[in-house]
Amino acid sequence: MTFWILAPIMVAAALGILFVRKAVHAALLLAVVMISLAFLYAVLDAPFLFAVQIIVYTGAILMLFLFVMMLIGVDATDSVVETIRGQRVMAVVLGLLFGVVLVLGISQVTLGAVVGLDEANAGGNVPAIANILFSRYVFAFEATSALLITAALGAMVLAHRERLTPRSTQADLAAQRLRDYAEHGKHLGPLPSPGVYARHNAVDTPALLPDGTAAESSVSRVLAARGTVRSAPALADDIDDVRRQIGDPATMPETSGKAGAPATTEEDVEKGVDK
Amino acid sequence: MTQYIVLSAILFTIGCVGVLTRRNAIVVFMCIELMLNACNLAFVAFARQHGNLDGQITAFFVMVVAAAEVVIGLAIIMTIFRTRRSASVDDASLLKY
Repeated sequence: MTFWILAPIMVAAALGILFVRKAVHAALLLAVVMISLAFLYAVLDAPFLFAVQIIVYTGAILMLFLFVMMLIGVDATDSVVETIRGQRVMAVVLGLLFGVVLVLGISQVTLGAVVGLDEANAGGNVPAIANILFSRYVFAFEATSALLITAALGAMVLAHRERLTPRSTQADLAAQRLRDYAEHGKHLGPLPSPGVYARHNAVDTPALLPDGTAAESSVSRVLAARGTVRSAPALADDIDDVRRQIGDPATMPETSGKAGAPATTEEDVEKGVDK
Repeated sequence: MTQYIVLSAILFTIGCVGVLTRRNAIVVFMCIELMLNACNLAFVAFARQHGNLDGQITAFFVMVVAAAEVVIGLAIIMTIFRTRRSASVDDASLLKY
C-alpha cells in the first residue's frame, strides 16, 4: 500500500528533476525522492537504512548540494543551447529504450516466494547488521574509513587557495594613501557622506557640490553599478514638481512614487499660507 | 517484490537521461545520486527477497561511498567554478583543443 502511494510521487519528482530549470528546485525534488525512498526502506524491513537514508542523504548530502549552490549562485540556470545537435532527443530515445528493456527484462524474471527478513532480523535489525558488518565485512569497513579520510583531505586540498600576494597591513594602506596624495593629489581623508536633504535622506542620493552638481564619490560604487542612484537632475525634477503644484494648486500634476505624498502635504501647507 | 525492482529500474533510467541531457554540473551530480539511490532500493528489495542482510550492508556501503564522492565532486565543481565562473559541463572542454 505504501509502495503504491510513494512510487508515483517518486517517479513524478524524479521526472521533475529532468524538467525544472533551476538547480534549487531540482535539489528539493531530489529530497522528495530520497525521503520517499527512506519510507520504502522502512517498509522493506530495513529500519537502520531508513534512519541512515534520512540522516546521511537528506540531511548531509542534500545540504551540501544546497551550500554549494549558494556559493556558486542560486540563479545559475541551464543553457538551452545544445552543443551536440540532437543530443537531447538521442538521450531521451536511448533512455526510453534502456528503461523499456530493463522493465521488460525484469518482468520476465520469476523471483519466487519472498523469504522475508523476519528470521534475519530476529534479534533486531541493527544488531544483526552490526554482526555482519564487523565480522564478514570488517575489511571493507576499515577500507571505507580510509576512503572517508582521503575524501576529507582531498576536499581540503581542492578548496585550499594559495595566497599569491602578501596581506597588506594597516601601515601599508596608510603609506599607500599618502603616496597617492603626493603623486596624484588624491584626497587624503574619508569619502564624503551622501546627501542629507529636507525631503530626501538616503544613501542613494549623492551630496551636491557648491556648484550644484552631484558628488560622485559620496554614494557607494555598488549602488552606482546597480543603477539605483538618484541623480541630481532627478532631485531637481522633484523640486520642479513641487513648484508646479505651488504655482497651480487647482490641477494636480501626476507625480511618481514617493515624491507624491510629501508634495501634496507641502501644497496643502502652501494653500493655507495663501489664505 | 517485482514492483520494487521495476521502480528502481525506472528511477535509474530517469537518472541516466538526466546525466545525458542536463548541462548544469550540480544537476548532473544530483542525477548520479538518483541512480545510486535506485541501485540501493534494488539492493534492499533483494535483501528482503532472499532473507539475508548482505543487500542492506551493500546499500550501506554505497551510501558511504556516495557521501565521499559528493564531497570530492562538489569540491571539483567549486574549483572549476572559481576559475571559469561557470557551472556548466559544456564550458569545461579545454581538453578538446
